[in-house]
Amino acid sequence: MEAKAIEAFLLPLSQSGLFELLSPTPPGWGGNLLRGLFNSVQIALGAFGLGLAIGTAGAYGKLYGGPVIRDLLEVYTTIMRAVPELVMILLLYYAGTDLVNRALQGFGYSPIDISGLVAGIAVLGIVQGAYATEVLRGAILAIPQGQIEAARAYGMSPSLLMRRITLPAMLPFAIPGLANLWLIATKDTALLAVVGFNELTLETRQAAGSTKAYFTFFMAAGVLYLLLTLFSNVIIGRIERWSRRGMPSVAGGH
Amino acid sequence: MQDLPRRALRIPPHRIGLLVAASALVIFAALFMRWDWLPDYYGLALAGLWRTIWILVVTCVLGFVIAVPLGLAQAGGPLWLALPARAFCTTIRGTPLLLQLWLLYFGLGSLFPQYPWIRESELWPYLRQAWPYAVLSLTLSFAAYEGEVMRGAFAGVPRGQLEAARAFGMRRSAILRRIWLPQAIHRALPTLTGETVLQLKATPLVATITVVDIYAVAGRVRQDTFIIYEPLLLLALVYLCIAGIIVFAFRRLEARIPARLG
Repeated sequence: MEAKAIEAFLLPLSQSGLFELLSPTPPGWGGNLLRGLFNSVQIALGAFGLGLAIGTAGAYGKLYGGPVIRDLLEVYTTIMRAVPELVMILLLYYAGTDLVNRALQGFGYSPIDISGLVAGIAVLGIVQGAYATEVLRGAILAIPQGQIEAARAYGMSPSLLMRRITLPAMLPFAIPGLANLWLIATKDTALLAVVGFNELTLETRQAAGSTKAYFTFFMAAGVLYLLLTLFSNVIIGRIERWSRRGMPSVAGGH
Repeated sequence: MQDLPRRALRIPPHRIGLLVAASALVIFAALFMRWDWLPDYYGLALAGLWRTIWILVVTCVLGFVIAVPLGLAQAGGPLWLALPARAFCTTIRGTPLLLQLWLLYFGLGSLFPQYPWIRESELWPYLRQAWPYAVLSLTLSFAAYEGEVMRGAFAGVPRGQLEAARAFGMRRSAILRRIWLPQAIHRALPTLTGETVLQLKATPLVATITVVDIYAVAGRVRQDTFIIYEPLLLLALVYLCIAGIIVFAFRRLEARIPARLG
């Protein structure tokens, strides 16, 4: 009785032919999934890099900028952190391509078709920038003030101060937050499936839709995302140890 | 509290300029953008807004209820409870919510009809709709993220308090109910605000599995009328307001609980 029930449960699963479906060569869809994963990683890297650049500028603006810049940055971070990424993606995607094409037309060029990759990186980067601004601002504030004052007393120029003191000294404080942001970036790439960019989630849905093996493919994609996360965690652990070199370990610990 | 009115009066001059610029933008948007579609979609938008808030509240409450045992199992449970709890949290936090949603909706949705006893069961009318899958996946997601927070919160309660309670002869259930859980929740409260706002930001994903929330309504307006920016801008404003209300409500809640941490 029980064996029969288990068999009846497993039958549809085994019928799907797991390994044939996931094989990387054309009858299987494994190649498509891997290509999607590659696209996702590419977007995540680009968006994270852009977010870091925006975040560094934003953190400096919030800490050392004039009152107007500070208020505008506050508006930027508040909006980005309260409005869903999905809405922001649509808004920036339409508005961004529209603005670029209008500007091109204004200068007498023919309108261009902005690739999904560039648009995706730009949109996710702008969203990431808001979170990165807060992370980096907190990290810069955590640097003992004496270090920055000492560097100023040595007559370092602001750019040298930033390169030699502020950025390396804030790194240990910023890395946990930035690591979180990187993991969010890898997962937010899935949202670009909604605007039709062929990253892992959309590739998965197409593969699942045409083979009707929804469970198999979504599980496989989940494993790929999970591997990416776990692999990232290993790398992040190394970077964190490297950034803390020379610092005494926090007493107590785990 | 008392110096609030005085502080509100002292608006620095640059802010007056910014306010003027902002109100000019709003007036420009109100006058020169198209809002004639609003009356037609008013009812639909209200229904969508209600569904968004309903999903947000239900999934947050259910998710928190699941998160407490998840955190407890990881912080102080035996290994056979801690390991599955940690695996659950890692898996959910390591994969995109959109993928989980689609896995449940398309995956389970295509698997269920293959079993006749499911089709004959009384739950089938619900399982054919989209919202149970939306609520389930959003609940699991919130539980995993909040479970991680609760793990830290449970572990952060000073050991001395628990030892004192044990020395008083309290039973384990009494310790949990009176000492451990209240202090852990108090510690988790500040992060709960952020998690709830993140959950709000996750709700529009349910539109991809045909649940008509406020985001889906905006998409519908865009499809019907080919007006792109106006519904999206209004949508962003609606989410900003809801996020503002969440932050305000949690701040009130936190203020009501006396801060006395050991």
